Amino acid sequence: MNLKKTMKETPSQTAGPYVHIGTLPSVAGIYVPTHDTPANTGLEGGTPIIIKGTIRDGGGELAKDAMVEIWQANAGGSYGPGRTGWARSHTDFGTGEFRFETMKPGTAGGQAPHVTFMIFARGINLHLHTRMYFADETDANAADPLLNLIADTDRRDTLIASPDPESNNTWRFDVVLQGEGETVFLDI
Amino acid sequence: MSDKPAPAFDPRDRAWHPKALVSSYNSTTLRAPSQPLLQMPPTVSEVSGPVFGHTELGALDADMIRNAAVSGDPVGERIVISGRVLDEYARPQANVLIEVWQANAGGRYRHVRDGYLAPLDPNFSGYGRCMTDSEGRYSFRTIRPGPYPFPNNGCSWRPAHVHLSLFGASFAQRLVTQFYFEGDPLIRHCPIVNTISDPKAVSQLVATLDMDSQVEFDSLAYRFDIVLRGRNGTWFEEGRS
Ligand SMILES: [Fe+2]
Repeated sequence: MNLKKTMKETPSQTAGPYVHIGTLPSVAGIYVPTHDTPANTGLEGGTPIIIKGTIRDGGGELAKDAMVEIWQANAGGSYGPGRTGWARSHTDFGTGEFRFETMKPGTAGGQAPHVTFMIFARGINLHLHTRMYFADETDANAADPLLNLIADTDRRDTLIASPDPESNNTWRFDVVLQGEGETVFLDI
Repeated sequence: MSDKPAPAFDPRDRAWHPKALVSSYNSTTLRAPSQPLLQMPPTVSEVSGPVFGHTELGALDADMIRNAAVSGDPVGERIVISGRVLDEYARPQANVLIEVWQANAGGRYRHVRDGYLAPLDPNFSGYGRCMTDSEGRYSFRTIRPGPYPFPNNGCSWRPAHVHLSLFGASFAQRLVTQFYFEGDPLIRHCPIVNTISDPKAVSQLVATLDMDSQVEFDSLAYRFDIVLRGRNGTWFEEGRS
């Protein structure tokens, strides 16, 4: 290959507090009949699951203005087709909770089942990238290349969602942006 | 698992992007991670990404002058924004979904949480979408947004700006940014612009007046080109990253 980098990536800027207008217009209060970005990945087959969580800042406050996207493989470990496997939610203005409906992913590319998360919000200048793994995949998690890069087990555990004791097939993934219990964020 | 190699991405140049913690932009103080990011070569999870179709767009998504009009055109300076989406290797990026949001001509957002005193425009929502063609070209029509104040060490002002969200072919290319307008003196005063250290990087966010693309007796035009991360020439094998 004879490729030469001649251009710089356009710099990121914060999504700001009004991110919903362009990404989830109904949340902003705008009705766009042709707009459809459900918090459901559209995946079929496998175990239906719900993913819920919050995003907490370094002062312990919930971020209630964030937009959250996920991207994951299907139960067989394949990505796509199209936008299947992608979904978008926001942290609720009242409860601060995001919520997705999807299927539990399979092993993809030699990695433990996981869901990619990207977080966009006011005060976040370049979106934060992280991953959610599943607490019931002990063996796969122990062999996962990314998890094995994190020596500190407390930090590694920030990427592992736990089952919600109150509802079946519901996984809680609470993100901490800064400080005690800070989630591991990725540069991939 | 496939043995077919796929080109990977270099790490982002994080000195070119804004820093996460910038004391002059208050909102970063409690939202910037304090630990270093975990670096890893891309895997199939980042090289793949959602693919959107042109047919998903509404007929007026790229016409923000008309897509929310109820009783006529919105108030403000009519403008056309156009440009190309390339990667770092200057290759055009086709079928990139671009989502757009902005304030109206008075600097007010149509959003349940914006309480700025400038009035809403009944004919403008500030929502738009478009997609690049096979040559990476895009365009949309809108109203030039107004500047607005926000609480930040007292009162700071945003220069006129339009927010953009882009999806390349890989989730690793995901980008959310804003562009500004050539000649706006508020750019240099903006604490959000100034989260970027390199003036050359800031200038990459400034749309330039494009007289050749004007619509005569109708709209002025601005040009804004966008660069997404590009897959490099080294090869990686899925699952053996
Ligand atoms: Fe804004």
